[in-house]
Amino acid sequence: MSGTFVTLVAAEIERPSIDWHAIAPELILLGGGALVTVIDLIWLERVRKLIPTLTSLVFLVALIPVITLWADGSGLPRGLWIIDENVPATGVWEGAFVVDNYSLVLKGLFLLSAYVIVLLSTNYMSEGDYYDSEYYQLIAASVLGMLVMSSSRDLISIFVALELVSIPAYLMAAWRKRDLKSNEAGLKYMLMGVFASAILLYGMSLLYGIAGSTLLSDIAAAIDIGESRPVITLGIVFTIIGFGFKVSAVPFHTWAPDTYEGAPTPLTAFLAVASKAAGFVALINVVIVALPTQANVVEPFIWVLAAITMTVGNLIALRQTNLVRMLAYSGVAQAGYMLAPLAVYDGISDRATSAVVTYLVIYAAMNLGAFAVVIIAARKTRSAELSSYGGMFNYAPGLTLAMTIFLFSLAGIPPVGGWWAKFEVFRVLTEGNRTSGIALAVIAAVNSVIAAFYYLNIAKQMWFLPSPDGDNSRIAIPPALLAAVGLTVAATIVSGVLPGVVSDMTDFVNVAAGQ
Amino acid sequence: MFLNQFLFLSAVLFCIGVYGVLTRKNGVLVLMSIELILNAVNINMVAFGAFNADLGGQVFALFIIAVAAAEVGVGLAIVLLIYRNRRSIDITEADLMKG
Repeated sequence: MSGTFVTLVAAEIERPSIDWHAIAPELILLGGGALVTVIDLIWLERVRKLIPTLTSLVFLVALIPVITLWADGSGLPRGLWIIDENVPATGVWEGAFVVDNYSLVLKGLFLLSAYVIVLLSTNYMSEGDYYDSEYYQLIAASVLGMLVMSSSRDLISIFVALELVSIPAYLMAAWRKRDLKSNEAGLKYMLMGVFASAILLYGMSLLYGIAGSTLLSDIAAAIDIGESRPVITLGIVFTIIGFGFKVSAVPFHTWAPDTYEGAPTPLTAFLAVASKAAGFVALINVVIVALPTQANVVEPFIWVLAAITMTVGNLIALRQTNLVRMLAYSGVAQAGYMLAPLAVYDGISDRATSAVVTYLVIYAAMNLGAFAVVIIAARKTRSAELSSYGGMFNYAPGLTLAMTIFLFSLAGIPPVGGWWAKFEVFRVLTEGNRTSGIALAVIAAVNSVIAAFYYLNIAKQMWFLPSPDGDNSRIAIPPALLAAVGLTVAATIVSGVLPGVVSDMTDFVNVAAGQ
Repeated sequence: MFLNQFLFLSAVLFCIGVYGVLTRKNGVLVLMSIELILNAVNINMVAFGAFNADLGGQVFALFIIAVAAAEVGVGLAIVLLIYRNRRSIDITEADLMKG
């Protein structure tokens, strides 16, 4: 490609025009985030109350081009440039940024989750003695990384997007400056995250070395021969380990429970849903686009990861007494279910991708909802201990019902959302009657039963047991939190009763590779 | 062009870095060990780039240097925060949460 570079310099560069519509979501988020920062810097205390509202508006405005691109539909997949047949396109970064149905669904998911996270954070941040506005600016930066991630089809942009997602999250995990637990949460997350990126980069450097290009489709072409060379295997294993940290797959999950417990709870929801989804998106992009011919290396590795992730996550979750930690381990186990379709992606990569994305969408709704209830309950009980949820039915029946819906959904009980997500995973696993797929399906089924035990235990606590201190005064639920619970309940129920709504969106042709 | 020598150097640096991350108790030294791994990656990138006559590797290395600076900036801020509250940067002492 250095030859291309020389000709670029020598000849007159004819730059193709930029497809502004395709990158509008990212640009709006970038501009909006910067605007919020500047407004905060100029008017300081006078506008502090408005910053959350402004940030959530930015997310909703950025959603508009996502919807118009989806509705337009024509010309997808689109790249960063408008390719004209008459002008030879010779950009070095051509194909690194791709907008297709897959990335649009994910962008919608990230923006809506971010909107709910802001709703969850508003009261939490303004009532604690924290730095308000910077928190929202960092969330906007992190979400920008997620949007870029869903369109990245190049090692460099995947790496930069991943870091843009993670670095603000390290800061936010340590947000409660004087709380030792929060410090510890930030330290553990930062050290493990940075270490994981370093391992990931080493894997990427090997893949780059084999292919001579950072573009995922070029890597796929370069290792198309189907041979397995040790250096390719090493590159793939290191890369998957790096993503394994981000999605908290066992044995790379050790940071997750401590970080989730110590970090501010709205940020925990952000990490458990949006940040984890971003890790999965990166994993899908690399596995599906760059490694379609390396199934003999990728599949067994992900199979083992998925099996131990769901089993270990569920078994440790069983003996947790703190609800946030329990949700952390349940999130680890859920990551195992989400990894499962990637353990049998050979030949059915489109189906495997839509199963994972379906799971991500439904998981986002139900998990954000569960965290919303935890945040509301903590306003009264000041605790996330399981016993403190006793008697909730007496003083907050609506909230108890909402939490029960989320728990049933997490356990995969019809008719609420989670069952459809699991059903899709099982359908992909059993497709083609492969022994490995069916074995993994059996492990996942056993795990769903184990998981139902501790999810329903929480419900039992809320419905039937008396409150520990006999305090049955009602909880005042602020409107923002009420809206968050309402949105997530609606999404959880709709995705379960009318699964077609989700599956119509996640039924992709395939992940577009870029040219 | 002796590609294998560069790769060998980078592999050695990588191993030293991983060893350091796993054994060091001092937060700052862990960050330095991570820097060693990142430099191993940079050597790989530049060597492969020169070997394949492709500029992408050097560009990637530049990106890694820039992002690593941001990572270490945030990392040192968090280590400093721990130091202020605990008067120690021994990461094995950060064990309030377990299980």
